[in-house]
Amino acid sequence: MSRFRPPAWFVLLLPAIIILAAVVLVPLILSFYSSFTPYKLTRPETLYKWIGTFNYEKAMKSAHFWAAFGRTVLLLTIALNLEMLMGLGLALLVNKVTYGQRALRTIMMFPMMFSPVLVGFQFKFIFNDNVGLVNNALQSLGLTDRAIPWLVDGQLAFIAILTAEMWSATSVFAILILAGLFAVPRDPIEAAKVDGCTPWQSFRHITLPYVMPFIYIALAIRSLDVARAYDIVQIMTNGGPARRTELLWTLIGRTGYVDAKMGYANAMGYISIFLAIIFTVYFFRKLNAARSELGMAG
Amino acid sequence: MNENLQHRIRARLLKVLHFVTLFIAMAIICVPGLWVVLNSFRPTVEIMAKPPVWIPNELNLDNYRAMFGAAGEGGVPVLQYFTNSLIISVTSTAIAILIGMAGGYAFARYRFKGKSGIFIGLMLTRAVPGVSLSLPLFIVMAKTGLIDTHLGLILVYVALNVPFTIWLIDGFFRQVPIDLAEAAEIDGCTRWQAFWRVEFPVARAGVASAGIFAFLTSWNEYALASQLTRSTFSKTMPVGLRDFTSEFTINWGGMTALAVLMIIPALILTFLVQKHLIAGLTFGGVKG
Repeated sequence: MSRFRPPAWFVLLLPAIIILAAVVLVPLILSFYSSFTPYKLTRPETLYKWIGTFNYEKAMKSAHFWAAFGRTVLLLTIALNLEMLMGLGLALLVNKVTYGQRALRTIMMFPMMFSPVLVGFQFKFIFNDNVGLVNNALQSLGLTDRAIPWLVDGQLAFIAILTAEMWSATSVFAILILAGLFAVPRDPIEAAKVDGCTPWQSFRHITLPYVMPFIYIALAIRSLDVARAYDIVQIMTNGGPARRTELLWTLIGRTGYVDAKMGYANAMGYISIFLAIIFTVYFFRKLNAARSELGMAG
Repeated sequence: MNENLQHRIRARLLKVLHFVTLFIAMAIICVPGLWVVLNSFRPTVEIMAKPPVWIPNELNLDNYRAMFGAAGEGGVPVLQYFTNSLIISVTSTAIAILIGMAGGYAFARYRFKGKSGIFIGLMLTRAVPGVSLSLPLFIVMAKTGLIDTHLGLILVYVALNVPFTIWLIDGFFRQVPIDLAEAAEIDGCTRWQAFWRVEFPVARAGVASAGIFAFLTSWNEYALASQLTRSTFSKTMPVGLRDFTSEFTINWGGMTALAVLMIIPALILTFLVQKHLIAGLTFGGVKG
């Protein structure tokens, strides 16, 4: 009668583990294998040819790859930081409001409902050099008399993509940080005021430490789905014109589906996965540190 | 006296500044979205007008009529897309919630070896970028015949949503005092009964918000859907948006009409649970 009975937690976790193994792990193992082959969708037999780390070496030596890599890291860093700062600013502004705050919070959630593809199309229209809102506004204000080629020039397109990305994600930060601001106790701030602290000092030394874990939650959540920016970029420029806005994700997508070089694309995909994991683990560790500072660890 | 006045002026100025900044920020948040909604009711001529027509001269339902109209006259199988989206999102959400509840309960109530390791491992599966995942998934699904089917996309979305659902639900179950369930067990409930009769009702709001979150993710997902669906029988609405684009032009009127159709369900759901959503995200994260 010594039948093995698995512990309850294992049974409960089993469905989650099975589905993730089937949909995420197995394909990733397959793609890891295929990244060592010259696999082309059009020629299935190439899947069985082993070429070692050739694809990785090719990526490492490719200037296009490094340009896309650098641009992706740059976009992520700038976008996450700016979103965080603007979210904090927005949350502080809304937190000060006493009348109609519920309505404001509701409005703030507006961009969260927009699918990233939709955001892409929306901003493609807004930044259109001929009929877009931005150029029209600038021209009717008399700031410029020519059409600025927002989505054609590499640097301007970067700004346009950054704007779209920030529009769609800043409110996530604002909402979460606002929730953090509600949790800040009033007493220490009053006490600091009595002791003669300036508003900046009480913000810096009392409010901010309390809000920090919430900022890291927002960063952790965002870093989990930051690759959603792919949708926006793919619609707005698809890496073009002439690779000037190429990000890692658009490069992978084009290499895999258009050029059908799956092996090479998977090799680059692995590099992008590691990039994502590094960002995520970093923020989760920061979150744990901020938590334990407040004595909330458990 | 003078100092008093100065102080009052400064306070007034700060108040005005605060109001103006807030107004500008809210305008930036609202205008791009409202522009889409407004454009869906306007003829294409007015959308593409230069200089732009801010105050519409003419509002009509032409774009909607064309969209629901027959193929060839600018019609797109919208209803089919809508049904596909609905079937895929609802089914995958329901499954993800069940799996997430089991997983979240395990993390909240049991102590076991390698708990945080397994937790991080589950979370990291969510960090895999859609494009990198879509390439191998495309191959696997093509081999198993799941490509271009509802089932294929449902499985993918369940996997996509499970980690986050576990995280949220875990946070909610932690808030339910363990004494409650223990008291119920002493009173003669089985663990199963204690869960459904005592713990689940308390954490229900949290489960609901996790569900909305999962639904919205599936509803809006594009990167994977665009590769794993081919025909009208499985295309979802975000992919359907592309039907309005051709090589060099975009039918903005039709596209905005479909966009509005996409936003409405998301809008309703988000407003229904906004309070729980915030509580869920923060408690799940901070106290976890």
